[in-house]
Amino acid sequence: MERAEIESKLNELLVEELGLDADKITAEARFEEDLEVDSLGVVELLMALEDNFGVQIPDEEAESIGTVGQAVDLVVAKLAG
Amino acid sequence: MTDVALVTGASRGIGRAIALHLAADGFAVAVNYASNSAKADEVVSKIEEHGGSALAVQADVSDADAVAAMFEMVSNELGSVSVLVNNAGITDDGLLLRMTSDQWDNVVNTNLGSVFLCTKAALRSMLRAKSGRIINISSVSGISGNPGQSNYAAAKAGIIGFTKSVAKEVGSRGITVNAIAPGFIQTDMTAALGDNVTDAVAEQIALGRLGLPGEVASIVGYLASDGASYITGQTIVVDGGLAL
Repeated sequence: MERAEIESKLNELLVEELGLDADKITAEARFEEDLEVDSLGVVELLMALEDNFGVQIPDEEAESIGTVGQAVDLVVAKLAG
Repeated sequence: MTDVALVTGASRGIGRAIALHLAADGFAVAVNYASNSAKADEVVSKIEEHGGSALAVQADVSDADAVAAMFEMVSNELGSVSVLVNNAGITDDGLLLRMTSDQWDNVVNTNLGSVFLCTKAALRSMLRAKSGRIINISSVSGISGNPGQSNYAAAKAGIIGFTKSVAKEVGSRGITVNAIAPGFIQTDMTAALGDNVTDAVAEQIALGRLGLPGEVASIVGYLASDGASYITGQTIVVDGGLAL
């Protein structure tokens, strides 16, 4: 899967599963501070990533996700590795 | 689409009454059992005779893999679980000084570990649906303590703390988590105590008698209903006014 494809799929998940405003989603947007995603929302995001990309994200790695771009990075790395 | 309820330990006693009650309220009911398939099938038949929909599903609810397989089967056959009733429980009584680690582990894993495993499994689809009801069957033993039941009382008290914590974790997603603490109810579990004990217990109960499984099931039915949408993190005592 190309990075751009992952990015657009992720944006779709953020709107559909987490109910985020599509206009606010940028690579730099921080989940908690900018997008107002609470701690349970981050868990929901991880579940959505696992279900939709078929990857497993352990808690230690999940902590590296602060922004939308970092979530894309992690999925890209997971799918490559 | 019919809402789906999963009741653990539903082949007999309080669980059986809960399964029948929820089926009568219109839920498709997954009847979990550990070993007694004949009893579970009987519950399913009874539900189907009354025009309801039910499925017997075997699983040791203290085993993570078995719980995952159970939820997958229920989801495939009936649909996503919107009401989970963690009812499965066992006793293995003994004074603490004589209690073995096996007695402790078995009772804590079956009564409390199962609540952790099943709730975690059920929450995935409930979070997605932004609704759901989790109803945990605790016990007055977990509130007041009971000699010879340190393992059971610890597990049942644990359920109450678990209920309050998870209620706070998932409340923002429209999911409620409550507990019910039955007192002495007429089941195989209390019958094993013998008539002498149950007669003595009845004297300590304001209503002067043991409760019926249906009298616990009706409260589960209420907590699963739309009418209970603003109750969460609570433990409802159903003990006929028991003074311990």
